Amino acid sequence: MGRITLDKVTKSFGAVEVIPPLDLTIEDGEFAVFVGPSGCGKSTLLRLIAGLEDVSSGQIRIDSQDATAVPPAKRGLAMVFQSYALYPHMSVRKNIAFPLKMAKMDPAEITRRVEAAASVLNLTDYLDRRPGQLSGGQRQRVAIGRSIVREPAAFLFDEPLSNLDAALRVGMRLEISELHKRLATTMIYVTHDQVEAMTMADKIVVLQAGVIEQVGSPLELYRTPRNKFVAGFIGSPTMNFIEGPEAAKYNAHTVGIRPEHIDVSETEGPWSGVVGVSEHLGSDTFFHIHETGLAETITVRAGGEVGFNHGDRIHLTPREDVMHRFDAEGLRIE
Amino acid sequence: MATKASRSAARLMMAPAVVLLLGWMLVPLTMTIYFSFKKYLPLRGGDLGWVGFDNYARFLSSSSFWPSVQATLLIVGGVLAITVVFGVLLAMLLDQPMWGQGVVRILVIAPFFVMPTVSALVWKNMFMDPVNGLFAHLWKAVGAEPIAWLTEASLPSIIMIVSWQWLPFATLILLTAIQSLDSEQLEAAEMDGAPPLKRFGYIILPHLGRAITVVVLIQTIFLLSIFAEIFVTTQGSFGTKTLTYLIFQRVLESQNVGLGSAGGVYAIILANIVAIFLMRIVGKNLDA
Ligand SMILES: Nc1ncnc2c1ncn2[C@@H]1O[C@H](COP(=O)(O)OP(=O)(O)OP(=O)(O)O)[C@@H](O)[C@H]1O
Ligand SMILES: [Mg+2]
Repeated sequence: MGRITLDKVTKSFGAVEVIPPLDLTIEDGEFAVFVGPSGCGKSTLLRLIAGLEDVSSGQIRIDSQDATAVPPAKRGLAMVFQSYALYPHMSVRKNIAFPLKMAKMDPAEITRRVEAAASVLNLTDYLDRRPGQLSGGQRQRVAIGRSIVREPAAFLFDEPLSNLDAALRVGMRLEISELHKRLATTMIYVTHDQVEAMTMADKIVVLQAGVIEQVGSPLELYRTPRNKFVAGFIGSPTMNFIEGPEAAKYNAHTVGIRPEHIDVSETEGPWSGVVGVSEHLGSDTFFHIHETGLAETITVRAGGEVGFNHGDRIHLTPREDVMHRFDAEGLRIE
Repeated sequence: MATKASRSAARLMMAPAVVLLLGWMLVPLTMTIYFSFKKYLPLRGGDLGWVGFDNYARFLSSSSFWPSVQATLLIVGGVLAITVVFGVLLAMLLDQPMWGQGVVRILVIAPFFVMPTVSALVWKNMFMDPVNGLFAHLWKAVGAEPIAWLTEASLPSIIMIVSWQWLPFATLILLTAIQSLDSEQLEAAEMDGAPPLKRFGYIILPHLGRAITVVVLIQTIFLLSIFAEIFVTTQGSFGTKTLTYLIFQRVLESQNVGLGSAGGVYAIILANIVAIFLMRIVGKNLDA
């Protein structure tokens, strides 16, 4: 069906090694998300799987068949590009029908599948328009429609939502998750938005400079990040890191504590500092605390009703049971 | 340019240019029409008065008229077909990353900088000469009888020369168009299972539609009036007499300005007919 295995895959552009040897397995039906900072090789990895780039060494297996040398069209994968890559001179109908037409499918069957895909994606009213006459979200759905009609073994998405506005992004995020639940097909999704990663993934793959830092479910990564990089990347706002004598108290080089794991109080607590900027989101408030003597800034999440003013001195209590400890190399200490 | 004041100021400042351009265009046109209704033989009595539509009737009934229209259309059509087809192929070739790309691109553009007279002379004497030309040597080398290009295959020869001159123009415009094609579209088509030929037919060619239209329209304007290439090669013999060349002969060789002017008006009409046809066929590519 759609089990994808990368075995010691590497990729170099000229002398630059973008992906050092990398092993990864994505199970059939899984929603895997690649996250990482810009330029870490997420798109490259996806394109290697798609077959749009050749691997420099190593093997890619799809359903335990060696697919390393198989051309993209024969791998049975469908890709949704960041720019959507719709064919501008074809109507929406023709765009969606294109892969079926290339597969020389029977015209009646093509019509049936295109209309089925269009009704799933709410595109029925737009079938005769050109891509240029659609909104960003509609184009996105056409791109998805074009990929689902082929019934591929797996879907590859390269930052499909990055061109959309915030509200639409939330909506499309739900739609894609919904689609995954219904089709139960393997999906690999690239993003650098950790909220997308947390909300959509069965399995998150955190990448840095082509190296996999950690693989796991969203909650695993949130609860037990393997190192400082993952700890800082997963979770919003980012984790506070404290070094020096305070960390030494916990037998660690660095301790990390998430903003939501610090309690605030006007009167008591082991740490104290001065309130800087407060961000009121309604449900929550984020306080940026200075002059704690621990780190430059400590971010704290409190309930929406908590109101401190700029310049107030307040006290903080970290919850020690959910504190993360790291050694000098940045690795987690259990 | 949005306020009333700036609009009228703009109009005022554009006026001199508009008046100049209008004069530039209208004066020769009016004079051509004026002379086309006169019997005017500069060396044989000068202005011999008004003759109504006599010149028009004579030009039309001349035995060279329809063949000249046909030759004109054949040359324009042939050159357009060759430059568009080879232009697309060359543009795709030049778009590939390759060694020495910069130099190759300049070499491809080079023919455009050669004056028509010079290039026609070079072709006539260096390539197509039945005794000393390179083609003649080539033909002899493989044991074939050399072809007297300009007498036996005169129209194809001229089409070849003119195509050589205009190919760089077509290539250049099509190359810029190809470079603006989003590579993700090609990759998407590849993933959708389209082999190279289908990717060309379904993605690249439609993308080039607008550029091809521009090439066709601009070239047509210039090709309808080619002259030097014919003047230095066949002098209008062997079926290569275009409408332009016929007018030249009437005015300068027969010294009949009135008749030539009537021909000029026919040339304008022919150009318009061709333009209307082209706009019908390819013009719809320009909007959208
Ligand atoms: N064709 C190429 N030639 C040379 N280097 C390349 C090429 N494509 C990508 N790279 C390099 O590979 C690295 C990874 O690029 P990639 O596009 O995979 O990053 P990414 O993780 O997708 O980043 P982003 O989130 O910004 O899209 C980058 O440093 C980039 O410069
Ligand atoms: Mg990318």
